[in-house]
Amino acid sequence: MATLWRFTLFLCMLLMACEGLSLASGHGGAPITTLPIVTWKWDHISVQYLVALWVLVCWLCKLLIEANHNVTNYIPESALLICSGFILGGMIWGADKVQTFSLSPTVFFYFLLPQIILDSGYHMPNKLFFTNLGAILIHAVIGTCWNAASLGLSLWGCHMGGAMGDLDIGLLQYLLFGSLMAAVDPVAVLAVFDQVHVNEVLFIIVFGESLLNDGVTVVLFNVFDAFVSLGGGRINAAEIIKGIVSFFVVAFGGSLVGIAFGILISLLTRCTKNIQIIEPGFIFVMGYLSYLTAEMLSLSAILSTTFCGVLCQKYVRANMDESSVQTVKYAMKVFANGSETIIFVFLGISAIDKVIWVWNTGFILLTVFFVFVYRFIGVFFLQWILNRYRLVPVELIDMVIMSYGGLRGAVAYGLAVLLDEKKIKEKNLMICTTLIVVYFTVILQGITMKPLVMWLKVKRAAVTEVSLLEKITNKMFNHTLVAIEDISGQIGDNYFRGKWRHFEEKWMTPFLMKPSARKKQDDVFDVFHQLNLKDAMEYVTEGERRGSLEFVRNDSAILDFKKKLESEYTEVMPDIPPYMINDHVSDMIGFLCSRDHIPSVSLEMHEQTMKAMRGAEAVDVHHLLDQHLYKSRKQYRHGFSRSDFKINRDEKEVQEIFQRTMRNRLESFKSAKMGVSPPKTIVKYSKKEQQEKTPNGKSVSKTKLCHSGDEDFEFSEGDSASGYDSSYPSFSMRATYRPGGGIENPAFVPDLYPTDLLQEIPPWLAESEPDSSMVAPSLRAQANLPNSPMEMRRLGLLRASTRSTDTKQMNNDQLPPPPTSPPPPPPPSGQM
Amino acid sequence: MGSRASRLLREEEIEEIKKETGFSHSQITRLYSRFTSLDKGENGTLSREDFQRIPELAINPLGDRIINAFFPEGYFVLVIFREDQVNFRGFMRTLAHFRPIEDNEKNKNPATEPLNSRTNKLLFAFRLYDLDRDDKISRDELLQVLRMMVGVNISDEQLGSIADRTIQEADTNGDSCISFNEFIKVLEKVDVEQKMSIRFLH
Repeated sequence: MATLWRFTLFLCMLLMACEGLSLASGHGGAPITTLPIVTWKWDHISVQYLVALWVLVCWLCKLLIEANHNVTNYIPESALLICSGFILGGMIWGADKVQTFSLSPTVFFYFLLPQIILDSGYHMPNKLFFTNLGAILIHAVIGTCWNAASLGLSLWGCHMGGAMGDLDIGLLQYLLFGSLMAAVDPVAVLAVFDQVHVNEVLFIIVFGESLLNDGVTVVLFNVFDAFVSLGGGRINAAEIIKGIVSFFVVAFGGSLVGIAFGILISLLTRCTKNIQIIEPGFIFVMGYLSYLTAEMLSLSAILSTTFCGVLCQKYVRANMDESSVQTVKYAMKVFANGSETIIFVFLGISAIDKVIWVWNTGFILLTVFFVFVYRFIGVFFLQWILNRYRLVPVELIDMVIMSYGGLRGAVAYGLAVLLDEKKIKEKNLMICTTLIVVYFTVILQGITMKPLVMWLKVKRAAVTEVSLLEKITNKMFNHTLVAIEDISGQIGDNYFRGKWRHFEEKWMTPFLMKPSARKKQDDVFDVFHQLNLKDAMEYVTEGERRGSLEFVRNDSAILDFKKKLESEYTEVMPDIPPYMINDHVSDMIGFLCSRDHIPSVSLEMHEQTMKAMRGAEAVDVHHLLDQHLYKSRKQYRHGFSRSDFKINRDEKEVQEIFQRTMRNRLESFKSAKMGVSPPKTIVKYSKKEQQEKTPNGKSVSKTKLCHSGDEDFEFSEGDSASGYDSSYPSFSMRATYRPGGGIENPAFVPDLYPTDLLQEIPPWLAESEPDSSMVAPSLRAQANLPNSPMEMRRLGLLRASTRSTDTKQMNNDQLPPPPTSPPPPPPPSGQM
Repeated sequence: MGSRASRLLREEEIEEIKKETGFSHSQITRLYSRFTSLDKGENGTLSREDFQRIPELAINPLGDRIINAFFPEGYFVLVIFREDQVNFRGFMRTLAHFRPIEDNEKNKNPATEPLNSRTNKLLFAFRLYDLDRDDKISRDELLQVLRMMVGVNISDEQLGSIADRTIQEADTNGDSCISFNEFIKVLEKVDVEQKMSIRFLH
């Protein structure tokens, strides 16, 4: 897409006739007398350079505008962008005395528009769109025809009545003009409605109409263009019928092309697993191809791209990797927003051109007036009819906004520029009028839209939080409605929806979706997944805020882990009230720790351990160790790879190792000095005390009770000197550790010994306590520092095999020292 | 069947139904002809089997639940008393839950709450979950509904955790069940009026 983009801009600037620019360039024309070390090669890159520069300038405009929030609150961004276009255009005019840059139809239709359309198709709220498809189509087809015909005929009538003086425009030309003015512009509508947040039904009707009426506009434009060429005399019934037929062909043909490409994309993404890096690119390239293909077949390109996006979104999202989905999402927004910005700025720049300004008060004012009035009439009439068939009628004020939202934009301007000057003498007047209508609708109506919405108290979009019960019940509603329609013997919307769903499940999904993705596709599960993700994110954020959550490597691990945990939890302890089950990940981890008697390790370690527990396979653990052991320097210092953008953790690892080493040295130094301290002293620290001691005084938000309610998990504050916080068991003699803050490496073995029977807290745990001086490792710990790699490995394996209580017991037996003495702080794991 | 369909409802009967359910005269007669065409036993009532004969209901995951909803006493009572017949009044009463709320109905006094009010619509949905009619959705009940609606791709384990999470989300009083009040609370923002309504043809 990047190349595509660059190519876009290249052509864009090509069309901007940049050679007019009087920039001095070093000419290579002169014969060289000596080898030049540096040459000035403006000519080589002038086009590309200007393109890039213009993009930069447009985006900087947006940057400046967005920096002033108090302005954008009142004036929509699109209007401000057009205004900044005026200023830029004025500057160019002042320098060159001629307008060298303007928005050309080619650039607009082939390079700027497709991305916006693809974005809106891909991010279309499908259900809403199809629920209101009837209304959208009526407005898009009949409404647009009405706008075109009424505007053309009224202007012609006024012309005949002598309101515009002497103009060389015939009836057909008026109709042609009417047809190019008829279409509501998706770019303008999106730009304005995005900021207003009206209710979704209102939004989808206006927006859907603006997308789908393109087919109508293009047909009307082509038909009338042809009629103008033919001349009034040669138009007969056959030609008119051909015109009507061509409408259906263009509209449905375009949609079919789009659907075909949508299916192709879905199929393609089924098998792009191995080229994940460029996977997102397919969506863009194929989307663009669908646009071009439709254009090549002279079908409606906008319809094609819209339907392509609408169809493929579901399957693409299911088939592709999560990160690719995110990439597509953001890249699309970047492109769409970027070209939207450019379009508006250039709409402004285009205005500063003496040539196009042909003033004819009557023509211009009447056009603005008719556009505005006929839109109202059309919308009210059509919606009045539609309301009789709607379950929930669209309210009157909504209709006002619908009419008011009939913004004209760059599509109209692009079509006006496309007019043939030979056939239409007053082309410039038409361009000028179009621009004025665009400014009128985008700037004036855009600015007044928000106050109007406020004033009329239009229902706004509600911000809803997804909840599972809601989702399930919604699904239930759908099924129920279908059933009730079946029982009462009617064929209604729900009937068709039910049929479609059935068809989709039976034919489309197996065909277009990866088998592995089908599960994700279930929306109840999807909501569940999202909620879990959110939880995990919150958890991580919370942990980071509190200063120690290095153990979470990625969200999915914690999620899988959580899910697994939940199921196990319920299996093992069915009698525990469910509200405890899911409340906080830390609770679970804590619970797990106590249940499996596994002291704190990294999360993945837990997960892996559990896996191994099930399969009773140590292989997993070995593998895990391999993966997570710090790499030796030789191994990890390799270069940059284009196809691998994993974040390099080297730096982090080095730091970690360093910190740990220092910590351990400090500890062993301390313990050597302090000697043994009785375990009791530690037990004395109450929860409360510990909380008070957290440096910034934040109390622990989640103090959920597992077991009979005496385990308490906390994040250690920024002080990760120890990396461990323990919860202090006051009823069961188990020490439950918060899962390893600061532990990245599962093979890191401070707690290699199963600690279920521990009746004391390992000394280093108390290190963060103010009076940690009382605490010291046992004699054994001092005596038995595992200081050789061999010893470490032994410990590691033992540790890794504590998967069940049985094996753990065994391990305990194997361990030479009594379990009551805690293990010593390990040597820097870097040694391993 | 033609003869039965032509056997019209008595006017006063229509009036009563109209009053109770809010359907219009033409809707009632139209639904009555549907009722008689479903009534294969030709005895003026519908049995479970009559409903089950509707082919689309067989593929509806909630088909059986919804059929149950037509039998007012609930499933268990039915099993005991074998009272598995529903007459036209009852038929209409159930369908009335799905009538869209009209503007002039919104300001009626709450004492005579119409069958298609928001609360009644919600209650209908709630009853679809609440199989044992104890006014609570337990984990098991939720799990059953989930099993019906969710594809086979999701394992029992996952489904269980979904159910747990759902209950935990909605449960405010900690009894690990969803009561009707909790149910209403969760669906506060949902446009139930619209989502539980269909257009009945005139």
